[in-house]
Amino acid sequence: MEVSAEAKRIMVVALGKLYSSRTQRGGLRLHRSLLLTLVMKSARDIYHAAQTTTAEGMEEDCEDQQPSEVEMTTETSGTPELQGPASLPLMATDAYVQRRTQNQENTCLSGPPHHTRKRRGKATAEPDFLPCKKAKLEYGTAQQLIVTSVLVDYANCSSELGPSPNPIPLQTVIAAC
Amino acid sequence: MAGPGGDMQWCFSQVKGAIDDDVAEEIVSANCKSAEMLRHHTPFWASGTPTSTKAPHCNLVAHCVSAPVGNKGPSECAWTSDIISTVEFNHTGELLATGDKGGRVVIFQQEVENKNLPQFRSEYNVYSTFQSHEPEFDYLKSLEIEEKINKIRWLPQKNAAQFLLSTNDKTIKLWKISERDKRPEGYNLKEEDGRYRDRNSITALRVPVLIPMDLMVEASPRRVFANAHTYHINSVSVNSDYETYLSADDLRINLWNLEITDRSFNIVDIKPANMEELTEVITAAEFHPHQCNTFVYSSSKGTIRLCDMRISALCDKHSKLFEEPENPSNRSFFSEIISSISDVKFSHNGRYVMTRDYLSVKIWDLNMENRPVETYQVHEYLRSKLCSLYENDCIFDKFECCWNGNDSVVMTGSYNNFFRMFDRGQRRDATLEASRENSKPLQVLKPRKVCTGGKRKKDEISVDSLDFNKKILHTAWHPQDNIIAVATINNLYIFQDKVN
Repeated sequence: MEVSAEAKRIMVVALGKLYSSRTQRGGLRLHRSLLLTLVMKSARDIYHAAQTTTAEGMEEDCEDQQPSEVEMTTETSGTPELQGPASLPLMATDAYVQRRTQNQENTCLSGPPHHTRKRRGKATAEPDFLPCKKAKLEYGTAQQLIVTSVLVDYANCSSELGPSPNPIPLQTVIAAC
Repeated sequence: MAGPGGDMQWCFSQVKGAIDDDVAEEIVSANCKSAEMLRHHTPFWASGTPTSTKAPHCNLVAHCVSAPVGNKGPSECAWTSDIISTVEFNHTGELLATGDKGGRVVIFQQEVENKNLPQFRSEYNVYSTFQSHEPEFDYLKSLEIEEKINKIRWLPQKNAAQFLLSTNDKTIKLWKISERDKRPEGYNLKEEDGRYRDRNSITALRVPVLIPMDLMVEASPRRVFANAHTYHINSVSVNSDYETYLSADDLRINLWNLEITDRSFNIVDIKPANMEELTEVITAAEFHPHQCNTFVYSSSKGTIRLCDMRISALCDKHSKLFEEPENPSNRSFFSEIISSISDVKFSHNGRYVMTRDYLSVKIWDLNMENRPVETYQVHEYLRSKLCSLYENDCIFDKFECCWNGNDSVVMTGSYNNFFRMFDRGQRRDATLEASRENSKPLQVLKPRKVCTGGKRKKDEISVDSLDFNKKILHTAWHPQDNIIAVATINNLYIFQDKVN
């Protein structure tokens, strides 16, 4: 789906920019990092919404979906443009880093873009764009998001990054300020 | 604004800077650590003889600018140290200061002899050049502190000397620029070259006299305001009381006394207790031009807050919040980025505030908080290109804006070396270009037009042909006259209105 592919590309680019900003002279720019994170969050939410749409299309089962999701579904399927629906529940007050640690994202982002419409059981059972308990950012227990595959993806698109970077915990990248 | 009926037209006056062919085209990778240090490099664009005693130096790290959107042009490189980062007229307009990425400040002075000749009154020549900031290293955080001058603000003149504040990411400095055109001669104990005279040869006393000498302009740092900002300083603003000034970084605003360097008062702090809850940062701040208790600051969320320092010591609670609800039909992935305000400027009369976000300029009446009174689209044709502009980083460009002396016209920059003027009274706007092709003396600038779709007319330029590496981020308008200074990446253009 076009929206889904676009959203994924935006996320990949944002991650690449966040990563390369670590080596920038003058240190991490808080404003820029914040904007990139907000874009990534928007894209991620729309990506998951699009994935849910695909899954729903296959399953024809909306029983345990909340009304807001259905609203999103109808709106995303209707708009070919890059315009997220206004009713998308963006968590303005939520931690903008917390969900990086969740595994669902990892499974969605890594690997080649899936052409199959295979339903990811985890994603639909527990959609992560709905309000959930805050994940505590304890370094001992937080999962490391392996971004290597994502960044390799980005590196293939642009020559800015050199050899594949080592996996780094994303919260370190962003919350370093 | 071109047109019949006596509308203002703009003429080229001067350009400072290297011709593009002269700029080195060595492509050095941005991550290359083996960059040489080139000492004593005078900025290309400070034509004329710099008169400062210390020769500036720069980092010879050329960086690659990514290919412009839609263009197959080659990557261009420039001396990064020559990139102009700020432009500011002083209060009389006689002096024009520029700061660059190499930490240098170059001051141009209006040619005195031409002041009464209308068509030549905008001739500016180099007055002083000095190295304001040097690269530093924060050992605690293992961070390099860039020497790039983020802002220059002039102090009103009180005596023969001129004062300005210049700031990089972390440190603000107060510079005194003074002229010396006489020197003492005829000391009793010393020769002219400083050697001591033979005691036996001194038979009479004489009084040293001051004799004229070639004008020398000296810049000396009088105050250094350091260690008050954890985040990157984006604004400096001198108060109308001429005793205090504010400096703003991403999360805090500090109030300083111009005389005191070891103390500052924190007046705004938006840092959340948990940094993961951060949703907005401060992007610009400015004092009211007449009310010394009032200032505004803009945020990355597109809001402007007006604060009154009389209410409490910590101005976390705003007195007014200026915010326009978002148009839902314009919502996109990049809505947050393009609504971030990059510049905020009070009008000279203090009644309005102008803000610049990525695509528009908005003018707010201080008495109305719920929407701007005027909105001007700078380059609306870019709205459909936001994804490409995001990928090539242009969407993060911070454009500035400025008022003319009587607040009737506002100006801001765009891409392809275009800059835009909006006449508020006549509801007219113009797109002009700063380019070497239009740089014959007193040549009138032809208005430009961007073709947004459909058939491209002659003389129009299509959106895909725009060069996104050529951007005008910094512009300044003479406070009392129709003379403007427009900075491209590494050239400074000066234009004046056409004299009939």
